[in-house]
Amino acid sequence: MSGANDPYDPKQVAALSPEALDDAVDAARTAFAGAADLEGLAAVRPAHLGDRAPVLLARRELGALPPAARSDAGKRVNAARVAVTEAYAARLAELEAERDARVLAEERVDVTLPWDRTPRGARHPLTTLTDRIADIFVGMGYEVADGPELEAEWLNFDALNIGRDHPARTMMDTFFVAPEDSGLVLRTHTSPVQARTMLSRTPPIYVVAPGRVYRTDELDATHTPVFHQVEGLAIDRGLTMAHLRGTLDHLARSLFGADAITRWRPSYFPFTEPSAEFDVWFPEHRDGPRWVEWGGCGMVNPRVLVACGIDPEEYSGFAFGMGIERALQFRSGVGDMRDIVEGDVRFTRPFGVEQ
Amino acid sequence: MRVPIGWLAEYVDVPAGTSVEDLDTAFVRLGLEVEEIHRPEQVTGPLVVGRVLEIEELTGFKKPIRFCQVDVGEAEPRGIVCGARNFAVGDTVVVALPGAVLPGGFEIASRKTYDRISDGMICSVRELGIGEDHAGILVLGGEGADVPPPGTPAGPVTGLDDVVIELAVTPDRGYCLAMRGIAREMGTGLAAPWRDPATATPPAWSGAPAWSVAVEAPERCDRFSMLAMEGLDPTASSPWWLRRRLTQAGIRSISLAVDVTNYVMLELGQPMHAFDRDKVTGPITVRLAREGEELATLDGTTRTLAAGDDLLITDDTGPIGLAAVMGGATTEIGDRTTSVLLEAAHWEPTGVARTARRHRLPSEAAKRFERGVDPELTVVALARAADLLCEYGGASVVGGVVDLDTRGPRPQIPLDAGRPARVAGVAYTPMQVAELLTAVGCSVDGDGTDLLVTPPSWRPDLTDPADLVEEVVRLAGYDDIPSVLPTAPPGRGLTDVQRRRRAIGRALAETGYVEAPSYPFVGTPALDALGLADDDERRQVVLVRNPLSEEEPALRTTLLPGLLATLARNLSRGQRDLALFEHGAVFPGGVRTPAPLPGVDDRPDDETLAALLGAVPAQPWHVAVALAGSREPRGWWGAGRPATWADAVEAARRVAAASGVELTVQAGERAPWHPGRCAELLVGDVVVGHAGELHPRVCAALELPARTSVMELDVDALPAAAVAVGPPISAFPPVLQDLALVVRDEIPSAAVAEALRKGAGELLESLRLFDVYTGAPVPAGSRSLAFALTLRAPDRTLTGEEAAAVRDAAVAAAAAATGAELRG
Repeated sequence: MSGANDPYDPKQVAALSPEALDDAVDAARTAFAGAADLEGLAAVRPAHLGDRAPVLLARRELGALPPAARSDAGKRVNAARVAVTEAYAARLAELEAERDARVLAEERVDVTLPWDRTPRGARHPLTTLTDRIADIFVGMGYEVADGPELEAEWLNFDALNIGRDHPARTMMDTFFVAPEDSGLVLRTHTSPVQARTMLSRTPPIYVVAPGRVYRTDELDATHTPVFHQVEGLAIDRGLTMAHLRGTLDHLARSLFGADAITRWRPSYFPFTEPSAEFDVWFPEHRDGPRWVEWGGCGMVNPRVLVACGIDPEEYSGFAFGMGIERALQFRSGVGDMRDIVEGDVRFTRPFGVEQ
Repeated sequence: MRVPIGWLAEYVDVPAGTSVEDLDTAFVRLGLEVEEIHRPEQVTGPLVVGRVLEIEELTGFKKPIRFCQVDVGEAEPRGIVCGARNFAVGDTVVVALPGAVLPGGFEIASRKTYDRISDGMICSVRELGIGEDHAGILVLGGEGADVPPPGTPAGPVTGLDDVVIELAVTPDRGYCLAMRGIAREMGTGLAAPWRDPATATPPAWSGAPAWSVAVEAPERCDRFSMLAMEGLDPTASSPWWLRRRLTQAGIRSISLAVDVTNYVMLELGQPMHAFDRDKVTGPITVRLAREGEELATLDGTTRTLAAGDDLLITDDTGPIGLAAVMGGATTEIGDRTTSVLLEAAHWEPTGVARTARRHRLPSEAAKRFERGVDPELTVVALARAADLLCEYGGASVVGGVVDLDTRGPRPQIPLDAGRPARVAGVAYTPMQVAELLTAVGCSVDGDGTDLLVTPPSWRPDLTDPADLVEEVVRLAGYDDIPSVLPTAPPGRGLTDVQRRRRAIGRALAETGYVEAPSYPFVGTPALDALGLADDDERRQVVLVRNPLSEEEPALRTTLLPGLLATLARNLSRGQRDLALFEHGAVFPGGVRTPAPLPGVDDRPDDETLAALLGAVPAQPWHVAVALAGSREPRGWWGAGRPATWADAVEAARRVAAASGVELTVQAGERAPWHPGRCAELLVGDVVVGHAGELHPRVCAALELPARTSVMELDVDALPAAAVAVGPPISAFPPVLQDLALVVRDEIPSAAVAEALRKGAGELLESLRLFDVYTGAPVPAGSRSLAFALTLRAPDRTLTGEEAAAVRDAAVAAAAAATGAELRG
């Protein structure tokens, strides 16, 4: 080894010659390339990058050079060392990638295997459709009102201008409750919630009342004795039939698509006057676009306002009601009412939690 | 109401080219719902009028057969074999010639039968498909009748091409239960000229009133008219056109006198009754029924009458008719009746409704009187009926008409002409309003905007300004009303109760339960199957007076019968692994006060209203689940996991969590649960429900799989959720401690956990039971419960000494409370 102040001895610094360095680099590259795997690479590394590797030994010789020659040789040694290091890193990355690919390939699974360990549940489509309709009205500023299914006869009939001997009363096919003087019925419509609301609130009133109602019909493909309605009621100053139509049109569009509108036919309900039945234009009907009968509506009869303590000269209002089963039948293409009421999980499950 | 278009066209000049579909649309626009359009099956091929020239009676066959010579307008008569016998030589009949095809695809051909060549067929009403008349051959008329000559095409003669439109008439529009009202509506709807069939002037009757009549209950009968006729030919039958129209309207032909009263009712809307005059004894009195009175009505039923409410027509023998509803048997028109008393009256509608409902007699007459009949019509109807009985039965009027009329003047309704516009949101002019009301039949007085409107006599439904508004808007057309969305004041969204119900449904559905709402009707057997004790409060039910099924006359007090029935139905349809839920109201029975029935002329006073609302029983909202089969199915991951009592309890916890409420669980005992596998669910000290496995006897009774598990919880009993408070989150590291405690079997794990929690104090962040072990070295009768404790301080890293102290305190507390011993 040469000291710093030793005279220049070309023999002693042969390792610094460009040729020697090039050879060392070439040898390293060859060795690294020849390593078949990470173990092989680790085995050849010391010979080319270890303490005794040619490029590191060459570095130690720099001190033997005269100062004028050192800078040049230093650069050469460094370049060689960088080249060897880079060659090593490149090969290492290559081999690691190969190894990773192999391991990941070995860990491959069949992602199509089912993992249905917890069965799917569902809410009943009558529930979700009711919620959806209620939400549309909540979006318009309405509140949702509730009322009991076992209801006072007075609220189900009398307060709604359906007197004791009114033909409409017998047409309602009412379930009466024992004893005979109980004054209670299973509500035949959600309309008593109108009366309850008007008796307990002061205008302006904008409420929607979904719920279960009862008529003495036998269950068949198109009838069920227990069914669901949504009732709407608005009492305010200056409300007109135009506002009623606007409200129903908005509901139709929200529920049945942008092209849906309503059509009215004059009809009769004791608690509204004028009264109409309304059809909705349903473009997505499974048998092609068509009008579908949906519900009834009208301006609240002033007699009902009076019975509920609201001044008909100051306020007017509209009310409407429609069947949820019916809406479900045409919106979801359900042909048979019995499928809706029987609780078969095969019917309900496809509707999911929020459909 | 069935409207034959041919009949309608008699009064309305239906514009040429109007199709049945146009009429349909017009009816609907007027608010007369078209229920069905009956189009008679068409006869094709030659169908002609024929006259019977000769009848040869053939013998030697199983039944009498006729061979007839029939003039069908050809050079020679045709020979036709016929099995019916209700026609005679000279009668005009309808003949289907060879080549004709009758309804049902029945082809007519010339063929040999009964040893004769039959060259066509003499048709019955049934064969023509225009009625159900069994009387035999359709005879258009006898010798010398005014009928078309032989050979005339018979289609128009028989009204074969008559379409009948069946309308659903709403209860406010009784006047549309007659051709008269329909004609008025259609005249207006089609903007076509029309004639009122009720404008015929009654003939001048002379002499003393035909019968002595008194009305003792004028408040129930403000007009009673009567006419006597005699000389009626009892063998005279109703003319074919009349029978035909009755058939089209759905009314059976009975006899000329009865048919005529029915026909006049259909034509004018005035129900009538015909008494056999010879069977009426003494003066007629209209009065209320007395205690213990009975009446045998025309339908063959003897009815006990409601004293003081059923209105009667009586003579010296007692009741002879249930006024406005049905006549009595003793004065019924028979096949020897030659003199009749015709009655046409105006009855108070609500009384008629009560009687019709009480006796379950929704007769055609009652249906009309309940809805309101034109009181102007009684005498007009009598005149019309007399005309018909005179023309077709040879009867003549005896004496003068009886007409007891106590009606008051018709009230005028003041109407602001601007009101229809304010209701509809359409700018009707005052002139338009007056015109439309006039078209309805109102007389309109007053000028400018203050109108005085007198509704026509046939519209008793028009009493308030609102009624008049409806007529204006209806006739102007609903299609004119624009669509304007009102602006509601800001709402507050769903209530907490409504949000909670939705949250519960979602939580259970997301956990794998399928919602299965069921009818709320139950019967005693279903409650028996649940093993409910005799004094169980769930046996106190509300009974329905008119249930659909006598087996299920009560309203549910628990959701379980319905839910388990749905479970069974699904199982019977091949499902095995089921998790169902239902939530909804239940109806506890018990003693109640009757709900009052206040008037409707004003808001009920606060006391009455409170009594009314208080009489409606509370109907708590329950939620229930039912599980059978596997909760997790077997799969490629391994075996399945059967649904157990624990799933039912967990469902309750999910419900509580969705409701923002903390639930505690303790062992309970209640039907229909397995006594050793029933969890009582509590919030604080209040029991809110139960969960667990069904009692094996219940499974057996309901034929459900063993170990079926259920939960039922009263959602309304859950307290309101407190607003959640965000806990402070410590960033210091936790200390995890596991410990195993040996306790006797009867000690509930919840008690051990509770004691540990208390003993550990504030540094305990969470505690979780992660293992339950029995067997050596744990002594028999005991088990080992392993808990994982996470300890953490809010303000520092816990030292080992602190953690050990907490653990020791927890174990000491558990030992003190439950006798637990730390396992080595």
